[in-house]
Amino acid sequence: MVTEPMAQTLTSQPATWQAAQVPFDEPITDWRHRHLLDVDTLSKDEILRILSTASAMAEVLNRSVARTPALRGVTIFNLFYEASTRTRSSFELAGKILGADVINVSGSGSSVEKGESLVETLNTLSAVGADAVVMRHHASGAPWLASRTIDGHVLNAGDGQHAHPTQALLDAYILLQEFGDLSGRKIVIVGDILHSRVARSNLWSLTTLGAELTLVAPRPLLPAALAPGAAEREHPLSLPSVQVESDLDEAMVGADAVMALRIQNERLRGKLLPSSAEFARRYQLTAERVALASPDAIVMHPGPMNEGVEIGVDVAHGPQSRIEAQVSAGLAVRMAVLFLLIRGGS
Amino acid sequence: MSSILIHGGRVIDPAAGLDEWLDVLVVDGRIAEVGVDLAAPDGASLLAASGLVVAPGFIDLHTHLREPGQEHKETIASGARAAARGGFTTICAMPNTEPAMDSAAIIDGVLQRAQDVDCRVLPIGAVSKGREGRELTELAALKDAGAVAVSDDGDAVADTSLARRAFEYLSDIGIPLAEHCEDPAIAQGGVMHDGAVSARLGLRGQPAAAELSIVQRDITLAEAAGSQLHCCHISTEPALQAIADARARGLNVTAEVTPHHLCLTHDAVAGRGDELLYDTDAKVNPPLRTQADVQACIDALAAGIVDAVATDHAPHAAVDKQCEFDAAAFGISGLESAWPVVNSLVDAGRLTLPEAIERLTVGPVRAWSLDRGELNGLGTLKVGAPADLTLLSTDAVSRVEPDSWASMGKNTPLAGHTLVGVVAATVSQGRIVWDGREQ
Repeated sequence: MVTEPMAQTLTSQPATWQAAQVPFDEPITDWRHRHLLDVDTLSKDEILRILSTASAMAEVLNRSVARTPALRGVTIFNLFYEASTRTRSSFELAGKILGADVINVSGSGSSVEKGESLVETLNTLSAVGADAVVMRHHASGAPWLASRTIDGHVLNAGDGQHAHPTQALLDAYILLQEFGDLSGRKIVIVGDILHSRVARSNLWSLTTLGAELTLVAPRPLLPAALAPGAAEREHPLSLPSVQVESDLDEAMVGADAVMALRIQNERLRGKLLPSSAEFARRYQLTAERVALASPDAIVMHPGPMNEGVEIGVDVAHGPQSRIEAQVSAGLAVRMAVLFLLIRGGS
Repeated sequence: MSSILIHGGRVIDPAAGLDEWLDVLVVDGRIAEVGVDLAAPDGASLLAASGLVVAPGFIDLHTHLREPGQEHKETIASGARAAARGGFTTICAMPNTEPAMDSAAIIDGVLQRAQDVDCRVLPIGAVSKGREGRELTELAALKDAGAVAVSDDGDAVADTSLARRAFEYLSDIGIPLAEHCEDPAIAQGGVMHDGAVSARLGLRGQPAAAELSIVQRDITLAEAAGSQLHCCHISTEPALQAIADARARGLNVTAEVTPHHLCLTHDAVAGRGDELLYDTDAKVNPPLRTQADVQACIDALAAGIVDAVATDHAPHAAVDKQCEFDAAAFGISGLESAWPVVNSLVDAGRLTLPEAIERLTVGPVRAWSLDRGELNGLGTLKVGAPADLTLLSTDAVSRVEPDSWASMGKNTPLAGHTLVGVVAATVSQGRIVWDGREQ
């Protein structure tokens, strides 16, 4: 699974690579984060540490019996208030492969339907002994509230339109596998930036890893603060400074990777766009547009895809697509994150 | 006959341009005399004011008492106690109660419950029935019942045709329409200011244009109708500019700013430490804005483009704030921190002490012509005026500690902040309602 360039990058960080080689039953003493709420507080070394651990996890997955007791005796709750296929199933599988007890709680079929507040639900999970809560919630910031409410670890599996750290980490994993080093690499993200927690988290991790990001979106799908001429560009809480383009063709020239994002109809308020057909004309990742990028450019998409809207069918399934690899990488990355946080993050 | 002698204080009465060390004598609920070395009548209560400023009691044009309907958040009595501790002797109660204050009968009820509380309560009636924005209330009947203004606060009068008719109808009734300037078509459910911080936090933003849109529309409608527009809790620089321009043209446009928009930016939502906080206590509508907007609010207040500091006191129960940011209630409990916030601006040299006191006393009185009939002299210390006074420290350092407040609403992003200024005592309608000690 791990290609040469990836291994080289990771072995060039001897400390992190060695840690990944350590047997899973030895204590981790060099991991400082108790929670994974977003990637904005992770240093480059910490991101690489997670990804090298993920590549060790990928080796576990290649074994004939993909099981390790690294998290035996640990109870993990998957608390999902929003629909999810990839993230929920890969977190569940990740916990089980590591030997943890994993319990799924969803918004429907639980006390949430009876009007229980988030804080009460979290207190309940704490009371029954949750060592970690993997949480997806429709309200931005909900995992931060959780981290202040419960004793265990909190892993953000996507909050509102804010952050999706494990998606950003698996995207970084794919990109490092491909390019070895992201310094100076040009990465384009196109589509509904405003409502995308994937885009927000990727802004942090990819700039931390040295990539040059270009965002492409129609103005109503771009956060006002990122628009040309916005006030407070130097605000200390600002998102990382990146290139913003309205013309996808121009942005594609020389790109090493391009990531398409779905229009999040469930988060739209009012009519933000004339039609999905017009969006597709201006912003769809077509084969012609991919041809404008660097010849060895790769195409990514966090899913779920609306093929024929933000991405052409041929592009989604073409030779430059890494979309399936992203899903596979998600498992190893989530195993790595669970392992590091629960075994190391005190 | 009951009397109080307030002696040895620095008496500041902006309406009279007075700023001298004098005594004030209160007899039977009225200001009886202001002068040097006044003698205390037999049986008079004494309030020592040495080292303190003696000012007219503050008037708040914008208070949310939660009674009727949400007495778990605040009652008229608890809100009035909070007012007294904050130096306020008159508070104007917004009509977004349950039911809304949209009929003379409900206003009567509120006035009755407010009879023996620790400050004067002046009701504000709803513009539309049930505050639903569809049909006008009986605006003249509301005024006759005691409404000093009308407002659908919490929401703008969003329907432009209804707003037009309200301004027209009010033209010969003589009370202002106090507008919550937020265009819902632009704000679209934004939970904070649309800017750098909302982009970072992934929270839906409400752009500054939502405020300007209603301010400009209402200036147009009020001018056409010849009525008064009062702009509640203005928070953005462009809206302040539009108000300044309207006033320069001689239009009857008045405005207020809140203490929190004078001292906090949208950064407060993210919190003060390294870790993002999503501080629901900083969730308020209109939202906390940028540093440039805060500066503009302070400048407009100092320049007199804004008539009043109004608290927009919005008490909530803890459970309303201990939740996801999107789910949290809007509002800041503000009566008991207003003076320290405003005085801290004075302390920082941003406006003078008499200016600050003016915007809390005679400024709001003039904006809404509250000094009619029995209330002649309200907001001043002239002889015969209602005996509403407050004794203020301008240099005592205080920490904002909501747990010690009289308000049931402990919700403030200022908790733990250190400010300059303390309300030492308050006299409301001739009665000492706060003397710095728990009653």
